[in-house]
Amino acid sequence: MRRLPTEGPARRSDTDPDDRRLERIVLALFGVTVACALALLVVYILGGQTQIEGLLLFGALGALGIGIVVWGQRLIPARINIEPRDPVGVDQAQMAELEQTLIEEAGFSRRRLLVGALAGALAALAAALAIPVFSLGPAPGRSLFETSWRAGRRLATQGGPPVVASDMPVGGVLTVFPDGDSSDPNASTLLIRIGSNPGGAAASSPSPGSSAGASPAAPTPSSAPGTAAAPASTEFVALSKICTHAGCPVGLYRSTEHVLICPCHQSEFDVLDGARPINGPAARPLPALPFRLEPDGTFTALGDFPEPVGPSFWDMDL
Amino acid sequence: MSVDDRQAPGRSHLDVTPADATDRGPGRIRGVLGWLDERTSVARVVRAGMRKVFPDHWSFLLGEVALFCFVILVLTGTYLTLFYVPSASEVTYQGPYAPMAGTQVSAAYDSVLRISFETKAGLLMRQIHHWTALAFVGVVILHLCRVFFTGAFRRPREVNWIIGFTLLVLAIALGFTGYSLPDDLLSGTGARIAYSAALSIPLIGPWLASLAFGGEFPTSAFISRFYVLHIMLLPGLVIVLITGHIALLVLQKHTQYRGGPAREDNVVGRAFWPGQAFLSSGLFFLTAAICSLLGAFFQINPVWLFGPFDAAVVSSPAQPDWYVGWLDGALRIFPSFEPTILGITIPSPFIPGIVIPGVLFTIVALWPFIEARITGDDRAHHILDRLWEHPLRTATGVAILTFFAVLTLAGGNDVLAFQFGFDVEFLTRLFRWLAVLLPIAAWIVTYRLCRGRLREGDHPSPPIAGHAVARTPDGGFEEIHE
Repeated sequence: MRRLPTEGPARRSDTDPDDRRLERIVLALFGVTVACALALLVVYILGGQTQIEGLLLFGALGALGIGIVVWGQRLIPARINIEPRDPVGVDQAQMAELEQTLIEEAGFSRRRLLVGALAGALAALAAALAIPVFSLGPAPGRSLFETSWRAGRRLATQGGPPVVASDMPVGGVLTVFPDGDSSDPNASTLLIRIGSNPGGAAASSPSPGSSAGASPAAPTPSSAPGTAAAPASTEFVALSKICTHAGCPVGLYRSTEHVLICPCHQSEFDVLDGARPINGPAARPLPALPFRLEPDGTFTALGDFPEPVGPSFWDMDL
Repeated sequence: MSVDDRQAPGRSHLDVTPADATDRGPGRIRGVLGWLDERTSVARVVRAGMRKVFPDHWSFLLGEVALFCFVILVLTGTYLTLFYVPSASEVTYQGPYAPMAGTQVSAAYDSVLRISFETKAGLLMRQIHHWTALAFVGVVILHLCRVFFTGAFRRPREVNWIIGFTLLVLAIALGFTGYSLPDDLLSGTGARIAYSAALSIPLIGPWLASLAFGGEFPTSAFISRFYVLHIMLLPGLVIVLITGHIALLVLQKHTQYRGGPAREDNVVGRAFWPGQAFLSSGLFFLTAAICSLLGAFFQINPVWLFGPFDAAVVSSPAQPDWYVGWLDGALRIFPSFEPTILGITIPSPFIPGIVIPGVLFTIVALWPFIEARITGDDRAHHILDRLWEHPLRTATGVAILTFFAVLTLAGGNDVLAFQFGFDVEFLTRLFRWLAVLLPIAAWIVTYRLCRGRLREGDHPSPPIAGHAVARTPDGGFEEIHE
């Protein structure tokens, strides 16, 4: 190993005034570390405060780091080492010897059948040991095709009472579940009152982009005067809230345009046109929940969604 | 290597020479090392290790900083582990954060609020941990770029390239699983999208998603599973791979930049001890200092503002941590496309969420072999290329980075639309075009720039043709002889 001095200044002697100045700087920096560490202790004991603690930690670590770097770069003579590099490559003699040791000494070439049987036995064992992986989750089965909606279940807010039609303003949106059972998140459904005249029914709408169902336990919105009189079943739609793209809740409703928007990837669904995707990456409409408006103003499901809700999977049409 | 410092076998550590006896420091080292050396002959290895040569260039420190970030993550993460509860069971929040008082939340979310508001230094450690995680992935990517653009991955270092690439994938996986642990509204949404991407894989998707999450999303199992991945399996794998990464580095020695005495058959630089060791350990503390500063003053992931996870609720805007943004962007701008072929549906997240990342990452992982195939250059290289010396590589790298950058921006299309007053629909269509056109444009421009630079003659290998002349004081010219 050859050593060359760097192109920089030659090594300073220990009595070099510049050296002693640097030593004092490093000493001071280490002193800062000690001071910050002690202060950190005091702050912690006094009850702690995130910003002050962080600042002291920064001071302690930073001063220590700079001190060590200055010491290494300025007080230790910089030497450039030139190390020869042996060519990397196959040493034929070594390789032959290795082969001899690995294969011949164990007699592998004479006992091919045994070697094959050993490999087979190990593979069988590995397969057997891998099988318990299926304990990790249930077989997909029908669960992807079903939600907890059944015929006769009334539409209710999460943990709340059944929704009454006349309580919903035009342009209003509610997140509903089967009455008394909001345990299946994939049953979450948007009940929207689009009004009887969707083309011009924008007067009482919330501002565009307002969050639909941002609060899980939202009470039934107070009815706007004049909009609550004897609503017809055709004024309402009930759509799955699970986006058919990647499964996010479709949480935004632009009521003036009757467009539902998924905030995750900006898929847009036209509520007046069967919740058809009109923008963004989603490719399937949001499934519609069949329901009936009862004489008392509540809603009753006529069955489960007719197709799977949420993101698609390969055998959904099989 | 010299063995003059090695003690003869059987020599007691008490046999210190008089010279050592006057100097307590080295004497003590000889005592400890001597004791060990008598039993292991370790001194020879230690001494050889101290002579490992490190080329002196800042870009070689990127990998070190990545390692330091990992160390900081293990330290702060261990602290968090002592307080975090990996459980989805419901509890009533009763802590001091008034807006959440009495809310039904998961035990995981409850424990994160406890760490943030009640555990002393808990919030600081949480924020340092999160900031360091963001920095970790970033520095790993910078390190990968350095290795890529200088051609350091070429023979004989292909295996170490693949190990390094795997470490990047693990870093992203660690980030994503950690991001999901607080069980807040934002992280739950991220986990749901990951579930949907897994579900979208034809034939095996439903099984894979069910096995990974323990059933149909949302499940109560995924928090504890992500926890095991995040604190045990993935970090364990990272430690194994880092060990292999460094072992190969020592075996194969560093690459180096051209210039000075550097040649293909040598390594020029400082020895590990004392020069590099001081710089590196100083750098460790400086890395920790910067992460501490970020954690102290820059709020990150305030999960108490997002609220607990609720499968029926979502927040807007919803952005993941930066290194996942490109995946989210790909999902956002991929066209509405869900064909059914022979009854088999190809779900819309499959191509942008699985195929495109898979193909891109495979290209990156196998690049050493792809490049060797294209160029026919299968020789060993230890001297690094300059950026323009390999136009194909540089152009491809820039094009891939451009693609990632466009997708990352597309991952914020709703925020950009809001900030700049565009329609989000317009931005989505614009990003679709940009994601195709910009990488191609970047490839062509970079390739031409590199070729131009090469043609200028800055390339060191071709000899200078003709004669070099100098002007004499009296106006004539004379030839310069080297």
